[in-house]
Amino acid sequence: MEPKKLAIIATKGSLDWAYPPFILASTAAALGYEVQIFCTFYGLQLLKKDLALEVTPLGNPGMPMPLGMDKWFPVLGLALPGMQAMMTAMMKKKMKDKGVASLEMLRELCQEAEVKLVACQMTVDLFDMDKSNFIDGVEYAGAAAFFEFAGESDICLYI
Amino acid sequence: MADFDQELDASGLNCPLPILRAKKTLNAMASGQVLHIVATDPGSVKDFDAFAKQTGNELMESKEEGGKFHFLIRKS
Repeated sequence: MEPKKLAIIATKGSLDWAYPPFILASTAAALGYEVQIFCTFYGLQLLKKDLALEVTPLGNPGMPMPLGMDKWFPVLGLALPGMQAMMTAMMKKKMKDKGVASLEMLRELCQEAEVKLVACQMTVDLFDMDKSNFIDGVEYAGAAAFFEFAGESDICLYI
Repeated sequence: MADFDQELDASGLNCPLPILRAKKTLNAMASGQVLHIVATDPGSVKDFDAFAKQTGNELMESKEEGGKFHFLIRKS
């Protein structure tokens, strides 16, 4: 029987938004799906060797913060230097404490399970990104190549 | 709990790690062998049920005991 196929477009490059593509891709692969993640625009950050992704509470009123800060702390205060680094450190610690896998680990599990990682060539050129900063095994392609796989997919997600 | 051939302790791990670890362990096992998984993630109860249904491996037992979740999966 032909395996089911999952096609994902990953467009976001923050720590929190990097999780859904890798969690869904690795799980689908474990269930026997053939999976492809097409990374475009900020989603290209997911392919960097050094996954220095951060999380920001700015423009995200839904993000829970310690001491109920999301309710009373002034939004402008969140723009202070060091705030993003602090929030990122706190989020990473919380994830570790709760047994949530690191992004590095999830990405490695994806690669082990032969999830195909595709970088959008156009965005790589647009941002003058250095391919040597990307992990091995990444393919470079465009929209038409995405549709070749996505057109045959059972599930297609835009994240 | 029935006999099993191999055990996987996924305690403290959160979604999707228990499933991914179980899949990896099953890959190295022979058809018909039974894997015993221990997990603390409450979401794993529904997840292992769904995993078994979609992969064809049989979920022989699923129970909570001593605050932990136990699963027996027979490799197809």
